[in-house]
Amino acid sequence: MAPNGLGVENYWTATRNGKSGIGRITRFDPTGYPARLAGEVRGFVAEKHLPSRLIPQTDRMTRFALVAADWALADAGVRPSHLAEFGMGVVTASSSGGFEFGQGELQNLWSKGSQYVSAYQSFAWFYAVNTGQISIRHAMRGPSGVLVSDQAGGLDAVAQARRQIRRGSKLIVAGGVDASICPWGWVAQLASRRLSTSDDPDRAYLPFDPLACGHVPGEGGALLIVEDDDAARRRGVRTSYGEIAGYGSTFDPKPGNGRDPGLRQAIQLALHNAGLVPGEIDVVFADAAAVPALDRIEAAAITAVFGPYGVPVTAPKTMVGRLCSGGASLDLAAALLSIRDGLIPPTTNVSLAPEYDIDLVIAQPRVGALHTALVAARGYGGFNSAMVVRAAE
Amino acid sequence: MTIREVTIEDLKRILRESAGADENVDLDGEILDTDFDVLGYDSLALLETAARITREYGVTLDDEAATSARTPRRFLKVVNSG
Repeated sequence: MAPNGLGVENYWTATRNGKSGIGRITRFDPTGYPARLAGEVRGFVAEKHLPSRLIPQTDRMTRFALVAADWALADAGVRPSHLAEFGMGVVTASSSGGFEFGQGELQNLWSKGSQYVSAYQSFAWFYAVNTGQISIRHAMRGPSGVLVSDQAGGLDAVAQARRQIRRGSKLIVAGGVDASICPWGWVAQLASRRLSTSDDPDRAYLPFDPLACGHVPGEGGALLIVEDDDAARRRGVRTSYGEIAGYGSTFDPKPGNGRDPGLRQAIQLALHNAGLVPGEIDVVFADAAAVPALDRIEAAAITAVFGPYGVPVTAPKTMVGRLCSGGASLDLAAALLSIRDGLIPPTTNVSLAPEYDIDLVIAQPRVGALHTALVAARGYGGFNSAMVVRAAE
Repeated sequence: MTIREVTIEDLKRILRESAGADENVDLDGEILDTDFDVLGYDSLALLETAARITREYGVTLDDEAATSARTPRRFLKVVNSG
């Protein structure tokens, strides 16, 4: 569910062709705010995809998540009613919960009175609501949960899905979907001081570029169906996008105590967990913060692990923005599609700054067989996660 | 005290506005004695409906009363008894 395409094939076609979904905010009037661009999901009409019962009780992000789950289950050929309900679970990531819904109810409270606050506010704002609504809709009564780690959450949720599958679950709907492009969400994001203030959609979000000046936020994300291999074969699955090979996660040290940021170690942990050496990774999907100090940390981590220009690096998120908890799940989807099609999508609009020794894929896609990818993700506040995915055997 | 009586048509409209309508349920059929669970309305839907009725008709329903009425007929009885 991406700003440059609804659904897998629309997203991937746009991404392969370098088509951006970033533009001036339309969901509210951004005049007067320091940052005015976002990656908005276009053309999504919830009523076309969801029953009317779910509309009054869902924030935009939950509508995205429900529809993405429907599409993912259809893509995987899963009919939940045909599978044992306690064998299926849902693990999502969330950064903001239902901010737009909550803002509306706060407005009702203060402008009209408490009688006008929706009863559904009781859960529509809550970080775990995407998990809850998906699990209710499909009667998935197995182990479920939510991870709140900003951009790293998109990987953390899939890693948790893997843990649950190793503990006995057969199928987990996993990933992150966020949407907080509303005034209340916007000021929360502005408080990070990491937002680009440029008005040019093609010059605003430039990771690893000499002119890097912050990021553009976006909405959306991706949900993936993670299954136990044997269970999937038993229900007749013939092909899959790939497998989760490894995962690592660290937390940054307290600022000022002189220890290294944790991204390099997260990457090394993921490789070790996958039983792979750096040379076996064919592409890295970068976190791409576009804040110079953070770009430096990431480039240094990649170079330390893979050697200078040691692995192709890309950040197709320049076309959609940073999607909070949805970002890294969407990167996982992009990584798996890159492996499927033998094509690395470009990091659009960027010229590589000379100080970074990374082989950044810019200008156009790079074609060639790919087998294994690493996705890196950092969350505001010190979260670092990395995940290795590879082609199915 | 209600200003005017809340009818089943009023209730159906408010249910739809508050909580949508289940696609497998025909609200225009005979529903006065059908359990709200069967109609697809859970306790939150009824709380939301009760809040809207209070706003539109001025009658105050307590949460207990709103959620313990299991059918539209019983719900209307609670609402219209002032």
